[in-house]
Amino acid sequence: MAAGPASHGGCPRAQMPHLSKMERVVVSMQDPDQGVKMRSQRLLITVIPHAVTGSDVVEWLIQKYCISEEEALHLGVLLVRHGYLYALREPRSPGLQLDETLYRFQTPYFWTSTLWPAAELDYAIYLAKKNIRKQGALVDHEKEHYDQLHRKINHTWDLVVMQAREQLRAAKQRRKGDRLVIACQEQTYWLVNRPPPGVPSVLEQGPGRGSGMARRVQMTKNTDFYKQEIECCTKALGRIRVKSSVCLEAYLKFSSQHRPHDPIMSGCLPSNPWITDDDTYWAMNAPNVAAPTKLRVERWGFSFRELLADPVGRANFMDFLRKEFSAENLSFWEACEELRHGGQAQIPTLVDSVYQQFLAPGAARWVNIDSQTMERTLEGLRQPHRYVLEDAQLHIYMLMKKDSYPRFLKSDMYKGLLAEAMILPETKRRVFPFMWKPRHSSLSPALPPASASVEPVAAAGGPGGAEGEA
Amino acid sequence: MATDGLHENETLASLKSEAESLKGKLEEERAKLHDVELHQVAERVEALGQFVMKTRRTLKGHGNKVLCMDWCKDKRRIVSSSQDGKVIVWDSFTTNKEHAVTMPCTWVMACAYAPSGCAIACGGLDNKCSVYPLTFDKNESMAAKKKSVAMHTNYLSACSFTNSDMQILTASGDGTCALWDVESGQLLQSFHGHGADVLCLDLAPSETGNTFVSGGCDKKSMVWDMRSGQCVQAFETHESDVNSVRYYPSGDAFASGSDDATCRLYDLRADREVAIYSKESIIFGASSVDFSLSGRLLFAGYNDYTINVWDVLKGARVSILFGHENRVSTLRVSPDGTAFCSGSWDHTLRVWA
Repeated sequence: MAAGPASHGGCPRAQMPHLSKMERVVVSMQDPDQGVKMRSQRLLITVIPHAVTGSDVVEWLIQKYCISEEEALHLGVLLVRHGYLYALREPRSPGLQLDETLYRFQTPYFWTSTLWPAAELDYAIYLAKKNIRKQGALVDHEKEHYDQLHRKINHTWDLVVMQAREQLRAAKQRRKGDRLVIACQEQTYWLVNRPPPGVPSVLEQGPGRGSGMARRVQMTKNTDFYKQEIECCTKALGRIRVKSSVCLEAYLKFSSQHRPHDPIMSGCLPSNPWITDDDTYWAMNAPNVAAPTKLRVERWGFSFRELLADPVGRANFMDFLRKEFSAENLSFWEACEELRHGGQAQIPTLVDSVYQQFLAPGAARWVNIDSQTMERTLEGLRQPHRYVLEDAQLHIYMLMKKDSYPRFLKSDMYKGLLAEAMILPETKRRVFPFMWKPRHSSLSPALPPASASVEPVAAAGGPGGAEGEA
Repeated sequence: MATDGLHENETLASLKSEAESLKGKLEEERAKLHDVELHQVAERVEALGQFVMKTRRTLKGHGNKVLCMDWCKDKRRIVSSSQDGKVIVWDSFTTNKEHAVTMPCTWVMACAYAPSGCAIACGGLDNKCSVYPLTFDKNESMAAKKKSVAMHTNYLSACSFTNSDMQILTASGDGTCALWDVESGQLLQSFHGHGADVLCLDLAPSETGNTFVSGGCDKKSMVWDMRSGQCVQAFETHESDVNSVRYYPSGDAFASGSDDATCRLYDLRADREVAIYSKESIIFGASSVDFSLSGRLLFAGYNDYTINVWDVLKGARVSILFGHENRVSTLRVSPDGTAFCSGSWDHTLRVWA
């Protein structure tokens, strides 16, 4: 374009880091020694230099980044879609052709990061030029935009048409090859900035990221902000850190311990419901199943947290505690959890109920907390709040974790559960896909218990990989 | 008075430089105990073999970009929300739609399933988080029982129920996070400290504490104490917006995905970044991340329409999954780890296993 763009200081690069990275890639691609092999495109009597084939681009990407052909092609397509590569000849499909189609690299002047957002005035001039050249025969969406802009900036329309004529005149003075290239560059720019209907815009960002829908917030960096940062840093400096070697070893241990329990890593028995359409695995691992699987019972031994997180594990632990006459500890802990995570309005009642049951002198299920914690807790109960029982809860939790839990794991009860626990045989995927097994629907947890007799929502699964349509 | 203004500016400048120098000292301290790299420790570990994961279900029905999704505890139902204001609850195993609600706003960027499975929460450009009880009663519309819980001064970017249906944690474009009582809509605690929009949050799987991590446009990830509202740890190593944060299953670390095209792992006990998951050919931002059940794999959805699977311990990319036709905006592993679900701007959701 002969005329410069209307006011914009360029794209906020920081908000679109992928653009700078793509630009580095295309710059490397154009390196005379290490870049993609350059060819010349012959168009009738004109010769356009510095063109590349799609296959050469893909091959270069494969070599440079050690990636597969599929990934290289995908990246190549993205470069085209973002306007960094364009085909010289029509029709210009949004993909990257691997035939003898030749592509060229977009000039940096038209890179999205240099010339964004696209100015309305420039678009009007571009459409006006096209309109003049094609003598009114614009494509539908361009005609629509043209008319819209005509109405919108009607007062400067004369200027638009004048600019358009001037640019067309100046272009005629160039060599045919240059004229063609500039026209391609310009068209590519507008394909990216004003995509035709049905083509998603690659520049769309979403709220808060410069699209203007919901502006990005920049918190006022006032004295309070920095004071808070200083406080946070000062505290962080005083923190006790653990050596990396210790922390990282813990991941190895955790991952290897949990590997057999990770269905994606190790599969699951009898089969993964998503792969075989058979939901037996879920039935066998239901939250309150009578006969837990062996893997599940093993997990209770990994940590106290995992035992408590499993309703069946917790119920068995409760039975064990009853035998040891310390079940009130677990009940107390459960009541504290209910308080911590409950509704605001329930707090006074819950606190009172916990006090009566577990903490009051002579309470039916009195819990044995050390005197200091008890004193602090009773004091805090004068003004009950959500966290008033936190210290007491932690004390009891640690007691169970350090004392009752290890004994549970060593107990005959637990050993018996492990021995009895089920291991299911593997069910392989059906060999003949047309022998379709209907996918059973399950009752939604949102259905009220009374309607257990209600017909479940009918399964709509069809043969093979069915998809829910609108 | 002119002299007051000058004094104010000096104070601001000196506070700023004090903060910077403290941050520098903090990085030095953190480096002192860093005696080994993760991939070195992981040399003993067996490399992972070929990974074959395929799309097992495709959920079609949204009329525009899918922005967020969450799993129900029953391991098969999911809730998803989109740009056109629609929030849909699916039984993704059968691909049936069970509920649908149209929000009064567009860009519903956040949605969450209640632990009981009886309600969902969602919000976006309306600056609110609303809770809808799920009902099968044909005579009742879900919109009738809607409860407005959270109110922010800018868009809602993320929300999550805590351990029960009665509290919700939200993150917003107004730069804050907040904890709310669902029943009354009362603000229980607010969390200030991010310097720009907060984009994501995740609750810690802790046994005794109450913490969560958030990530924002200020490139920071911050760990918060839910009770006091204080920031307990902060990390600033990403080069661009932090789009997604997720705890490692043990709760001792968390991963983050960013527009700088990397995912990073931060250890909370070592108080530092311990791994970077990146590749030169990966140019587009990571929009959402989640771990497999054992924490060995990190699944990350990217703005280049792909999903990359990373070996968390060795740092290598194990697999790249194609299929979506526009950017992947949301990704969650199912509660029992049998699959993960991805949502995309191509209007669909996919379940992979």
